[in-house]
Amino acid sequence: MTQQPKSWKEISPAGVCWKPATDYHTGDWRTFRPVKDPTKCTKCLLCHMVCPDSAIKYNKQTMGVEFDYDYCKGCGICANECTAKAIKMVKEGGE
Amino acid sequence: MATKVEQQMVPLNGDEAVALAVKQSDVDVVAAYPITPQTIIVERFSEYVANGEVDTEFVCVESEHSALAASLTASLTGARAFTATASAGLALMHEMVYVTAGCRAPVVMAVTNRALSAPINIHCDHSDAMAERDSGWIQIWAENAQETYDSIIQAFRIAEHKDLLTPVMVNLDGFFLSHTLENVKVLPDEEVKKFVRTREFPSVIDTEGKQVPFKLDPNNPLTLGPLDLPDYYFEHKRQQEEAMHIAPRIIKEVHDEYAQFTGRSYGNAFVDAYHMEDAEIATVCLGSAAGTTKTVVDYLRSQGVKAGMLRIRTFRPLPVEDIVKNLEGMKAVAVLDRSNSVGADGGPLFHEIRHVLYGTRSHAPVVNYIYGLGGRDMPQKTIHGIYKDLYETASTGKVKHFVQFAGVRD
Repeated sequence: MTQQPKSWKEISPAGVCWKPATDYHTGDWRTFRPVKDPTKCTKCLLCHMVCPDSAIKYNKQTMGVEFDYDYCKGCGICANECTAKAIKMVKEGGE
Repeated sequence: MATKVEQQMVPLNGDEAVALAVKQSDVDVVAAYPITPQTIIVERFSEYVANGEVDTEFVCVESEHSALAASLTASLTGARAFTATASAGLALMHEMVYVTAGCRAPVVMAVTNRALSAPINIHCDHSDAMAERDSGWIQIWAENAQETYDSIIQAFRIAEHKDLLTPVMVNLDGFFLSHTLENVKVLPDEEVKKFVRTREFPSVIDTEGKQVPFKLDPNNPLTLGPLDLPDYYFEHKRQQEEAMHIAPRIIKEVHDEYAQFTGRSYGNAFVDAYHMEDAEIATVCLGSAAGTTKTVVDYLRSQGVKAGMLRIRTFRPLPVEDIVKNLEGMKAVAVLDRSNSVGADGGPLFHEIRHVLYGTRSHAPVVNYIYGLGGRDMPQKTIHGIYKDLYETASTGKVKHFVQFAGVRD
């Protein structure tokens, strides 16, 4: 994202993508970040299923979940859906 | 001088000439929907398919929007694609007309020019194609069925040139050309096939940094025409303008090569200048009206009047230099528009001719005649009247009206 934008002479026609969508770290857009309280989390994986950006990863070792902050946009669906109230939305740069 | 090939004279109307040219051009996919006065094109072509005379995939779609969507996507996979439409059909395609140009899909489309509703009218005027003039398509306007046939064949070579990749619209006047029988010289199938060649693809860089051919291929996946925000959309539109800048070189190359083995050329490929060398007054027009106008010019010349006519063959890209070269020495110019830009004080061709002449050494008055809307005939008498007005303007330097309607009942 810090790369110098290319001129019209350097790019492919018709908007052909020269890099994968994962190169865009949409986590940049986030205002609120989800934070998990491991003492409350029941590892039910509901948050993993409802995340619209697939930014909540299942970790086989811990059998729990981890947030991928590169792609989490901070929509808060996980916190809203969590039955154990284990996810809090915290303002970026706040705490 | 290359040897000319043996050609057969066949009676064809404009639509049939298009269908035959498409048949001979080894087209892979045709997706179309019938609409008067274009219907004969797809009707004839579907007969070729049904008779097994071509191996083209014919897609019967449910609307023109789908017709162009199917043609453009077929074209993106590397296929040679063709469609045809008119009037409301082209208007329904409008969204896809821009998408085709933006995706750099070299589709060739025949537009059998017809008026737009309402009131509903199936006859010729140019308002359908003029609504698409800013879309990024090359526009060729034919004067007769022969030129329609020749232009369709040339269009595939132009559109698919790997430096250009820009769709081409070949316009033929509804009924005047589409339904009028003419003697058309037809090339042997193998000559056309040899001329149109097979498609070549420029290479582009994919998401893994590999150079791959610019086409949709499961072995080299590409994403085309995706979301393009303020950071890159402008650059892609600038590229399309650049394609239009190099288009004249390719159009000329293809036109001249075709002329060599067929013996047929259309002016210098961009404009057809009739008695313009020493002309003092001239009209400018598109399409079939040029035929009638040439007859009037012949008569005026026999009477000693220095009259000329300039027919614009490639409306996009607009042949700016040729227009200036031909018109800047005139004493008066009349632009004939078969469509009106309502409320804009003149038709689209008029605006463009005047814009091109601004800032040149031309001081001639340029006037506009809107004519023939909804298929209203433009007889020699009306054209005589226009030249008479022009002659007066040229001798007095005075213009009574810059924009007039020729042939309307006042």
